[in-house]
Amino acid sequence: MAHLLNTSFIPSSSTLRRASPSLQVRGHQRSRVPARIDAKIREIFMPALSSTMTEGKIVSWVRSEGDKLSKGESVVVVESDKADMDVETFYDGYLAAIMVEEGGVAPVGSAIALLAESEAEIAEAKSKAASNSSSSSSSSSSAATAVAEPEKVVDNLVPTAAVKVAPVVSMPVASMHPASEGGKRIVASPYAKKLAKELKVELGRVVGSGPMGRIVAKDVEAAAATADVATVGPVSAEVGKSAAAAIDLGSVVPFTTMQAAVSRNMVESLSVPTFRVGYTITTDALDSLYKKIKSKGVTMTALLAKATALALVKHPVVNSSCRDGKSFTYNSSINIAVAVAIDGGLITPVLPDADKVDIYSLSRKWKELVDKARAKQLQPHEYNSGTFTLSNLGMFGVDRFDAILPPGTGAIMAVGASQPTVVASKDRRIGMKNQMQVNVTADHRVIYGADLASFLQTLAKIIEDPKDLTF
Amino acid sequence: MQSSLSISVSPHTSLTVQRSNRNALEPLAFAPPSKPLNLRFCGLTREALGLSSLRRNSDSFRFRLSSSARVRRADKFFVSASLSDNGSPPKTFDYDLLIVGAGVGGHGAALHAVEKGLKTAIIEGDVVGGTCVNRGCVPSKALLAVSGRMRELQNDHHLKALGLQVSAAGYDRQGVADHANNLASKIRNNLTNSMKALGVDILTGFGTILGPQKVKVGSDKVVTAKDIIIATGSIPFVPKGIEVDGKTVITSDHALKLESVPDWIAIVGSGYIGLEFSDVYTALGSEVTFIEALDQLMPGFDPEIGKLAQRVLINPRKIDYHTGVFATKITPAKDGKPVTIELIDAKTKEPKDTLEVDAALIATGRAPFTHGLGLENINVATQRGFVPVDERMRVIDSNGNLVPHLYCIGDANGKMMLAHAASAQGISVVEQVTGRDHVLNHLSIPAACFTHPEISMVGLTEPQAREKAEKEGFEISIAKTSFKANTKALAENEGEGLAKLIYRPDNGEILGVHIFGLHAADLIHEASNAIALGTRIQDIKLAVHAHPTLSEVLDELFKSAKVKAHVSAPVSEPIAV
Repeated sequence: MAHLLNTSFIPSSSTLRRASPSLQVRGHQRSRVPARIDAKIREIFMPALSSTMTEGKIVSWVRSEGDKLSKGESVVVVESDKADMDVETFYDGYLAAIMVEEGGVAPVGSAIALLAESEAEIAEAKSKAASNSSSSSSSSSSAATAVAEPEKVVDNLVPTAAVKVAPVVSMPVASMHPASEGGKRIVASPYAKKLAKELKVELGRVVGSGPMGRIVAKDVEAAAATADVATVGPVSAEVGKSAAAAIDLGSVVPFTTMQAAVSRNMVESLSVPTFRVGYTITTDALDSLYKKIKSKGVTMTALLAKATALALVKHPVVNSSCRDGKSFTYNSSINIAVAVAIDGGLITPVLPDADKVDIYSLSRKWKELVDKARAKQLQPHEYNSGTFTLSNLGMFGVDRFDAILPPGTGAIMAVGASQPTVVASKDRRIGMKNQMQVNVTADHRVIYGADLASFLQTLAKIIEDPKDLTF
Repeated sequence: MQSSLSISVSPHTSLTVQRSNRNALEPLAFAPPSKPLNLRFCGLTREALGLSSLRRNSDSFRFRLSSSARVRRADKFFVSASLSDNGSPPKTFDYDLLIVGAGVGGHGAALHAVEKGLKTAIIEGDVVGGTCVNRGCVPSKALLAVSGRMRELQNDHHLKALGLQVSAAGYDRQGVADHANNLASKIRNNLTNSMKALGVDILTGFGTILGPQKVKVGSDKVVTAKDIIIATGSIPFVPKGIEVDGKTVITSDHALKLESVPDWIAIVGSGYIGLEFSDVYTALGSEVTFIEALDQLMPGFDPEIGKLAQRVLINPRKIDYHTGVFATKITPAKDGKPVTIELIDAKTKEPKDTLEVDAALIATGRAPFTHGLGLENINVATQRGFVPVDERMRVIDSNGNLVPHLYCIGDANGKMMLAHAASAQGISVVEQVTGRDHVLNHLSIPAACFTHPEISMVGLTEPQAREKAEKEGFEISIAKTSFKANTKALAENEGEGLAKLIYRPDNGEILGVHIFGLHAADLIHEASNAIALGTRIQDIKLAVHAHPTLSEVLDELFKSAKVKAHVSAPVSEPIAV
C-alpha cells in the first residue's frame, strides 16, 4: 500500500499490514501525502494518521541520526489530533537527518527527516536538510522557524543580553559522594539526571549538595544558571573573552542572527541619553515575608516585581517611555519585564498589570512564563510588552551592576544580592541587616534624577515594610 | 437456627442426583424417603433457610425434600471419602465448610457458602481481611487517591487549561497515612461484620491441617469439616541478599504505613505493585529509581500498553531506571550510611553498579504463605511454596492424586495472584461442594493497576494471543481506540490513553482487552464480562452506551473491530415502550 503511495513511511500498527481496517489509520487518506522521492535520499513525510489530521507533532524520535534502519522498524512517534502512533520506515537505509525535532509540529505531507540509502549519502542528505530548512519554504520545517524565532526575541531584549557561548572549560568537579570512588562515579538523583540532560549540564562538573554529597535537582539548576550567567555577562566583550578559550583563536566568526540582533540593540541604545541612580534597601522584612509565603509558591522575583509595580503606581513618569524624542507616553498599565537567562540567550517575559494582580497569581503567572520561555513558546506579547524592566543578578551573588536601557522603555532596574551587612544606625549602634543594592538606568529625556530618587525612596519603603505586597 | 434436625434420607436415591444439576434444590427429582437415617443437619442460617423457604413455606413437604436432597448429596461424598481416606475421618463434622484464612478469597467463599446454606467457619491467625484489606489493595488505593489529587493540584498547566487557579498544594504525611489506615480498618470491620451477620464462625488462631477434614486452630482446638478450603494468601517476596529493616529497606507492608517519604527511593520490580508505589511516591515529592530484572519495564503488561504507559507514567516523572539487572545485595541505611544496592547484570551476572539511595522498596512479587499449614500431614508437597491444585482448585498430593475435600484458593495456589481472583476461586469451590460443577475461566478475570491514569487488562496480551493463534491455527486481529477521540476524556482534559482489543476476526471471540487511560480499571468490566459470558463482538457492538461517557472508548473499540461472522443471536424479542 505504501509503495503505491510512494511514501517511505507507514504507521506501524501491525494490524494495518494484516489488512485489518480497525485502526484509525485509513489507507486512502495517505494519498494526500505527496510523492517526492529524490534518487536515493528519501524524504520522510509527516503521515496522515486520521481523516481530520492536518498536522502532527513529533512526540519522540525512536531512532537518532546516523542509525541504520530496516524496513518495518519504528522510527518516530507522531501525535495526531487523535492518538500517538509509532511510524515505521518502509525502506532500509540510514536516518540521515532529522528535520523536525521532538516537540516540533509539521503539516501532513511535509518532510520531517531524510533517509539515505547508504552511509556515504548521509553527508549529502544532511546538507540537503540544511539547505531545505534555511530556505524556510512553505513546508515550514521547524528548523526554519527555529532560526527565525531568536531574532524576534532578541529585538526586544534587555541590552545586557549576550549570546550563549560554549560552556566554559573547567576541571571536572568530583561529586563529594563517598561512593563516587574518587569522582569516577557520579551519584545524582533521578530528577537531577533528567534535568541535566534537559539543561545540557555535565554532571561531572556539578557539586552535589544533597544527602551524602549527592547531586540533586537544585544543584543542576544552579549549575545551569551559573553557566548562563557566565555566558550572559552584562558586557558582551567580556563574554567574547571567556568564550575565546573554547574557540579557535585567531579565527573570524560572523555574527549569528541572534548576535546580530543583540548588536543592533546595543548600538541603538547609544542614541538614548541615560543616567543611573543607586539605592541601598534593607530587606529583612521582605526576607521574612518571603520565608513565610514561599510554601505557597511565591517567588522572590514575583515579590520584587510586585514591589516595583506598587512604587511605579506613585511615580507614573518612571513607567513612561519616549520613542520619538519629541513626546513621551504615560503607559496605561504597569507591565514588569524580568530578564531571564535561558538556554541560548536571554529573554524578558512580562508580568502584565503587576500592580493589580495579587502576589499568588503573579507567582503562578511567573512560573508559567518561565516554563514557556524554557520551552521557547513565549508569544511576542509575552516578552515585548514590558514598560519597566527588572534584571536580577542578585540571585547569583552579584552585589551591584548596572543595566543598559532596553530601547522603547523608560527605565530598567538592576537588582543586586541581598546580603548581611554591618550597619551603623543613627542611635550610634552597630547592627546586622540584610541589604541589597539596586541601580536604575533611565532615559533622561523624560525621567529626571529627582523622579528616580523619589521612586527609589518609595520602593525602599515598600520593601522595608512589605505588608502591602500580599494585600 | 443452629439446631439439629432429624430427617429421613435414602442413601441410594442420592445416586440419582446429577452433580451438575443446575438446581440442587429441585424437589421433583426425588422419590419420597423410604428409609430413615439420622443425620446431623446443621448450619442452616436464617438467611439460607429464608431463601429456600420463602418460596416454599406453603409446602412443607417440598421444603423437607429440598433439604434432604442436598444433604443426601453430601452423604454420597462422605461415603466415598471414607473409602479413600486412609486416616480415620470423623463421622460427624463441626462444619460443612471450613476456610483457613479470612482474606478476600476466604471471605468471598464464606459469603457464598452461607448463601448456599452451608455451616461455615473461617480461621484467621492474624487480622480479618488478609493482605488485600490490611496491607495491599485497600490501603494502597487510599494512598493512590491522595497521589491522584496531588497530581491534579500540582499540574498547573492542566489546571490552567481548565481555567482553575490553585495555590501551591501541600500535604501532611501523617494525615495521608491515617487515611490509608482508617480505610483499612473500616473495610476490615465491614468484612468482619458481614461474616458475623451471616453466621459465619470466625475462629481465631493459626490453622494447621492435622489430617483429612481435620484442622487444629491455635494450639489446642480441633475442628472438623466436610470440606476445607486453604486460603492462606501470600506475603511479600524478598529475594535473598536483601535485608529488610522496615525503615529504609521496606516491603509493601511497610510502605503502606507511609512512615516516611524518602527523597530518593529505589523500587525493586516494576510490576503493578512497584508501579503504583512509584505513582504515590513521585506525587508526594520523592524521586524514584526502578530496578527491573527483565529487559523492559512493566514486563507483565501488553508491550504496546507498557510502552505508552512508560511514556506517560515514567518518562515525564522524576523516575529513572535500570533494566536487565538483579539487586543482589541491599543493605539498610545505618551509621549515617545510605541504603546501598548492588546490581549485577541479569545475564552475565557481572557486577554492574552500586546505588546509594535513601530507601528501597522491595516489590519483586509475592510468595505464598503456606509454611506451617500442616500439608505434610496429608502428603501434599508445595511447589516453591504454592499448593498444587487442579483447574477446580482441588489440592493434588505428592503422588499426583486429588486430596478429597481439600481445596486451595487465592495466592496460596499461585494461579492468579489477585484478590478478586481468589474470591472467584472460592465461589467456584463452593459451587462445586454444593453440587454444581464449576470451572473458573481465569482468562475472564480482569486486572488493574491504579496509577494515574490507570491500566487495566483482561485475557491475553498480544504476544500471548499470537502464540496461541499460531499453535491453534486461527487468525487474530487487533483494534485500537484512543482516549483522545473520547468526548468525556477530553472534557476532563485527560485525552492520554489507549484501548486495545485482541480478537478473532472469524468468529468474533474476544481474546484480550487492554486499556490505559482515565478510569481504565472501571472500564474493563464490559470486556471481562463479555469474555466470561462468551459474548461475541458482533453482538456486543450493538449494545448502546450512554453519551458522553468514557465507556464509549470501549464502544468505539468494539465497533472498530471487523468480524466476519454475523450477529449470532438476534436481539431478544423487541419490547415496545
